[in-house]
Amino acid sequence: MNKAYFEILRAGVNTTIQDKGRNHLYHVGIAVSGAIDQRNYTLSNKLVENQLIEPVVEFAYQGPLLKLKNGKINFAISGDILFKIIRKNLEVEEGECYKSYILDEEDQIDIISTKNSTYGYLAVNGGFDLEKSWGSYSINTKANIGPNDGKKYSLDDKIFIKKIDIKSPINKKINFDYSTDNIIRIIKGTNFDYFSKDAIDKLFNEDFLITNLADRMGIRLKGPKLENIKNTNIKSEGLVRGVIQVPADGNPIIMLSDHGTVGGYPKIGVVIAADLDLVGQLTPGTKINFKEVSLEEAQNIFKAYTEDTNKYLNECN
Amino acid sequence: MVKNISNLGDAAVYCDFGSEVNEVINASVIDYFHHISKLIKDKKIEGITNLTPSYNKLIISFDLTITNYKKIKNFIEGLTINRDIKNNNQKIKIPVCCDDEYGLDFLRLIEKLNIDKDKILELYFGKEYFCYMTGFIAGMPFLGDLNENIRCDRLETPRLKMPKGSVGITEQFANIYTFESPGGWNIIGNTPKKIFDDKNLIQPALVNPGDKVSFYQITKEDYLNWNE
Repeated sequence: MNKAYFEILRAGVNTTIQDKGRNHLYHVGIAVSGAIDQRNYTLSNKLVENQLIEPVVEFAYQGPLLKLKNGKINFAISGDILFKIIRKNLEVEEGECYKSYILDEEDQIDIISTKNSTYGYLAVNGGFDLEKSWGSYSINTKANIGPNDGKKYSLDDKIFIKKIDIKSPINKKINFDYSTDNIIRIIKGTNFDYFSKDAIDKLFNEDFLITNLADRMGIRLKGPKLENIKNTNIKSEGLVRGVIQVPADGNPIIMLSDHGTVGGYPKIGVVIAADLDLVGQLTPGTKINFKEVSLEEAQNIFKAYTEDTNKYLNECN
Repeated sequence: MVKNISNLGDAAVYCDFGSEVNEVINASVIDYFHHISKLIKDKKIEGITNLTPSYNKLIISFDLTITNYKKIKNFIEGLTINRDIKNNNQKIKIPVCCDDEYGLDFLRLIEKLNIDKDKILELYFGKEYFCYMTGFIAGMPFLGDLNENIRCDRLETPRLKMPKGSVGITEQFANIYTFESPGGWNIIGNTPKKIFDDKNLIQPALVNPGDKVSFYQITKEDYLNWNE
């Protein structure tokens, strides 16, 4: 029997495969990668009754147009996404996020765009038929590691699916609350004292704009220039997701999943783990504010965030 | 030895070995790195997701759903590290073409350093370098130390796209951009040699911490005809 697959009729802006990410390779310079919004990645798998660590399709801004070949599947899309299902008989259904659907042979999914967010996730029941590299299915386009030779998908590529010919539909739904206040909570960075008192006041009291220099590596912000009074270079050292570096021009850069593993600009702060999903989803033109929290507060916020994710997962049972 | 341990955000530990950069401090960082890597492999500690050694720091990332800062800090403080005596370090030679189309920042360097291109090249190629670490992008080596007369700060605003193979300098260090990537180093040339091999799962990076590296200049013709 022929394998089921998606034929890519339009690739979209940045369509890749992502999962939890790739660990234990920072020391050779390979970033963690993985879904930018880990919560929505997890929820997409739950909606199609997958193990929560199955790889999914991640897309940004404009998503792909996909046609299903040789099979019948259940799929779901998570995120804040505008999409349509175009049936074989050309009937068009408006798609709803956080809801599982059946897709028949020759049906299409048209992921038109993300709305007030950057990334969305497409999961299929049974998962995609891919090979792991270095312990993960995530595509790292910077080092060309992962499925599809480590490159984002292009027109006419195929994404193979493990399971075909689903008999009955999965009926799952989550009522996801997308509201956000765009306040990003951070812990002081290891070079916090490199910055003037004025810079610190501005960091916590003024608006910062997400520029269009934003991708899976990081987000460049524009705001009041943050004055460095010590040294605008440090000896290159390790970075982690969420680190906020400030180069000599005074504009902060937030590191995301495909970030360089080391960097030589001073670290003014680090976004707390619980706010990383939100930060990754910020769209160019959005204004954000930073708020300082202690390590202990951050750990409590993370606990609450995890419980919140679990609440969504349980709701889906 | 670790001089100070602090938190880098809520999901990483920042181990500071001092502010100086030299081979002795770097060797201590690498010893900790090897020691902890082994303990992770032997499942003696859980929750650590990454170790990032650099000149004089070691950053330990962890999964906040499994462990926390305090547990990892206590673990590090309880370690006894033995000097790693095995030495399988290599000597590596790397070709570089410094024609103006590859040496993107000669104008800036000539202005900032106040010496001419020939002198920069003479000082750059006249030394063997030590590899302190690899990282930033896959397999990028961080080498030192440059002659004092060719030390220059990073670019004020990093480039969005450094060409693959770019050979850069900043402060007392030299590097190689193994992939196209954003970057802030001053570029003096480009190498056609493969510095990172993702098919080699055992040792994907050509240059590893502790190795000695020397560069030699090649013509544009050699560059274009390079064949490994």
